[in-house]
Amino acid sequence: MAQIVDRRLNGKNKSAVNRQKFLRRFRKQIKKSIENIISERSVTDLDKGEKIAIPKKDTSEPFFHHGQGGHRDMVHPGNKEFNQGDLIPRPEGNSGQGEGGEASDTGEGEDDFVFELSREEFLQFFFEDLELPNLVKTKLSTITETRKVRAGHTSEGIPSNINVVRSLTGAMGRRMALRGPYKKELHKIEKELIDLLKHHNETDQVVVDLRERIVYLKNRIKRIPFIDTFDLRYDNRIDEPVPTTQAVMFCIMDVSGSMGREEKDIAKRFFMLLYLFLTRTYEKIQIVFISHHTVASEVDEETFFYSRETGGTVVSSALKLMASIIQDRYPSNDWNIYAAQASDGDNWHNDSKICIDLLNNNIMPYIQYYSYIEITPDQQQNLWDEYTSIQSGWDNFAMKKIEKIADIYPVFRKLFEKREV
Amino acid sequence: MTNKAKKNQPVSETSEWTFELIEKYQSEIERIAVNFGLSTYPVQLEIITAEQMMDAYSSVGMPVGYSHWAFGKEFVKTEKNYKRGQMGLAYEIVINSNPCIAYLMEENSMPMQALVIAHAAYGHNSFFKNNYLFTTWTSADSIIDYLLFAKSYVAECETRYGEEAVENILDSCHALKNFGVDRYKRPPKLSLLEEQNRQHEREDYLQSQVNELWRTIPDKEQNEANASPRRYPCEPQENILYFIEKNAPLLEPWQREIVRIVRKISQYFYPQRQTQVMNEGWATFWHYTILNQLYDEGLCTDGFMMEFLQSHTNVVAQPGFDSPYYSGINPYALGFNMMMDIRRICEHPTDEDREWFPDIAGSDWNETLHFAMKNFKDESFIGQYLSPKLMRDFKLFSLNDDDRSRQIEVSAIHNNRGYQQLRSTLSEQYNLGSIEPNIQVYDVDIKGDRSLTLRHTQFLRRPLDKSAYEVIKHVARLWGFDVKIESINENEKVVQTYECSPPK
Repeated sequence: MAQIVDRRLNGKNKSAVNRQKFLRRFRKQIKKSIENIISERSVTDLDKGEKIAIPKKDTSEPFFHHGQGGHRDMVHPGNKEFNQGDLIPRPEGNSGQGEGGEASDTGEGEDDFVFELSREEFLQFFFEDLELPNLVKTKLSTITETRKVRAGHTSEGIPSNINVVRSLTGAMGRRMALRGPYKKELHKIEKELIDLLKHHNETDQVVVDLRERIVYLKNRIKRIPFIDTFDLRYDNRIDEPVPTTQAVMFCIMDVSGSMGREEKDIAKRFFMLLYLFLTRTYEKIQIVFISHHTVASEVDEETFFYSRETGGTVVSSALKLMASIIQDRYPSNDWNIYAAQASDGDNWHNDSKICIDLLNNNIMPYIQYYSYIEITPDQQQNLWDEYTSIQSGWDNFAMKKIEKIADIYPVFRKLFEKREV
Repeated sequence: MTNKAKKNQPVSETSEWTFELIEKYQSEIERIAVNFGLSTYPVQLEIITAEQMMDAYSSVGMPVGYSHWAFGKEFVKTEKNYKRGQMGLAYEIVINSNPCIAYLMEENSMPMQALVIAHAAYGHNSFFKNNYLFTTWTSADSIIDYLLFAKSYVAECETRYGEEAVENILDSCHALKNFGVDRYKRPPKLSLLEEQNRQHEREDYLQSQVNELWRTIPDKEQNEANASPRRYPCEPQENILYFIEKNAPLLEPWQREIVRIVRKISQYFYPQRQTQVMNEGWATFWHYTILNQLYDEGLCTDGFMMEFLQSHTNVVAQPGFDSPYYSGINPYALGFNMMMDIRRICEHPTDEDREWFPDIAGSDWNETLHFAMKNFKDESFIGQYLSPKLMRDFKLFSLNDDDRSRQIEVSAIHNNRGYQQLRSTLSEQYNLGSIEPNIQVYDVDIKGDRSLTLRHTQFLRRPLDKSAYEVIKHVARLWGFDVKIESINENEKVVQTYECSPPK
């Protein structure tokens, strides 16, 4: 008779280890593939798993087998018009079908080995070796939230937290401990009584005394309560401080006439990356979009990325707005503040000085990290030069130049790469 | 008599399966299989999920296996194909063990489960138990235990020596796994207890052997005695991994053990590689025969049969050489049709059959089939039993492809003149000895630089594929000194050499 076993509840993912090994082995190729993806993929679905293609020849496992050439006879099915002795011209570039056996990837084709990464795996690769700078400060200084964690047992608490098993075990122990001396004496006396009865009558004083004593002891034992308030144990939960998990991200973009669609696309991709990256550290993230030309306004995402404005550029307007928003809504001891600014570097000439002041006094002291990207194929413009002074003054300020879409990922990695302490 | 009572009542009406139904079908199938004289290991049916099936699939069906990235790659590939719906998962994975474990996938319908039970748990199972290659070369009783040992040993090595070191050695062994089998010498039985007990002894002993072989202080007397050049090993050896395990100078004991593990597992799968057509043919023949018997007895419904037949037909389809789906001869199709054909020759022989198969025409078909199953492998099975009728049905033709001539010649087709040649050509196509290049350990330069020479004896002038340049790196890594491969032609002349030094 056959045995039928239901294995469905057994661990699945037995291959998880092997899969991880596979991913680790081809890390380099996978990363490269991801770099290509980031420049092609539309921004909205960055946050998904991804199809990864790596060269097949890298993943092939070599083994000795016959190559092309030499002499071979092969039998094939499905003959229609051939007759014995027919001559067929040799097909050009034929890789020589039918090695037989397991030679499935004989031809060294440029084919790719394609597979899918899950979302987690994708992001893992995507942000590998990157870190958010200045995390430490906030973690330590803004402990304002707590959560309940288990912490053993207490003898006081509310009824709903009674731990029945603990309480009853305690009660049992107490009963045994308290009963012990009485039981011991009881056993002794009962034995004595049996001995006495061999020589004495029931009515003898000794016997009567013993009988009384026995009744007394039994009563004592009976009177020990089954459970006492003293036995009760309660599950203990205490408050444990957790670091603040909320962050706000400011996206500042120049929407003046000089920023074309392509520049905006690059900016958008950059902001998306930053957002994704932040989601790996923070549970809740708010985004504030600030667009500016000569005046700045807080807008929604749609407007931010798709509206087109014309006119000149005054960067300080955006910084002013940001500073005031921080003050009103995001006190820096409750919030981790990140800012990313994208611009083509163009600014009204006298304005750059004001920007520096604003940054130095009203913004940089309060925020975790400020990254500035300049999207321009040309020479850096005046904003860049001014910002250079900030970079030297503040650790948490970084700036980079991006020329084309393909630069985004490398630049992003540069901005957030792990730093030696 | 209970059978009669059931006769008009199908076991199930719907396509949903339940444990009770599986049990019922299984016992009916078992009854029929026993009536047909199939002798099997005890059956263990395991219900698993699609994911678990992918797990099993990617580790070549081994229920437990050591971990390695190549299995991960296989898994990733399987998963992708399955998710895209390009591929139904193999509904049958069965391994040669005692008891015989067959997997039933939870997603399958009842008819499919019945098909798998008949195919794997009775078809393959009886093949494993009775075919001479399996009975002489594998030990079904101990394979699971051995795999368990291998898994924990490899895991232990990973913690002790680092994952990368273990991965390197496994990569190299995998590259040579087809050259880790004894083709003619029967390997000793495996046993978990013995393996564990002896593993330590072996480590010490092996190392001492090797040390002896590679002593650096020259032995004067010996040197003089060996003035005439003698090769080591004195006879060429076909089992390269075995030779490496025993003789590679620089391997650590644990590395030798890993070489041994890969070699043992490869040896275990060797019979399967030689009997694919027969094994699948046999199993397909029996699921077809058993389920038809079920139907004839009224135990399954018309709908059940339709579903089964549709799947069966897909499995045994053979696209022609010019079809876009053509990828060589389908072992299921060839095997199944040969089995059916043998039955036909026994039951309804034609004059042609009597001429070609005087011994079996008109004999008891079940006995004849059993005899064939027990005593042949693909190569000899085809050489013995492929009938002219089947060659006509398949419209077989053979191509003579010689790179010295500009054209390919049709050397034989399915006609009177061609039958013999077709049969022997197709048979040769399943000869592992000629499919795989013939590479043997030829010489070790004991007195000199300790380099290892492998010899590739060309067969019909077929060269090694250029992947040999990759494989030789793996050989060099295992050997630890320079490695050379010489390809020699029929006149024993070296026509090509491959050389490689070990990684520093």
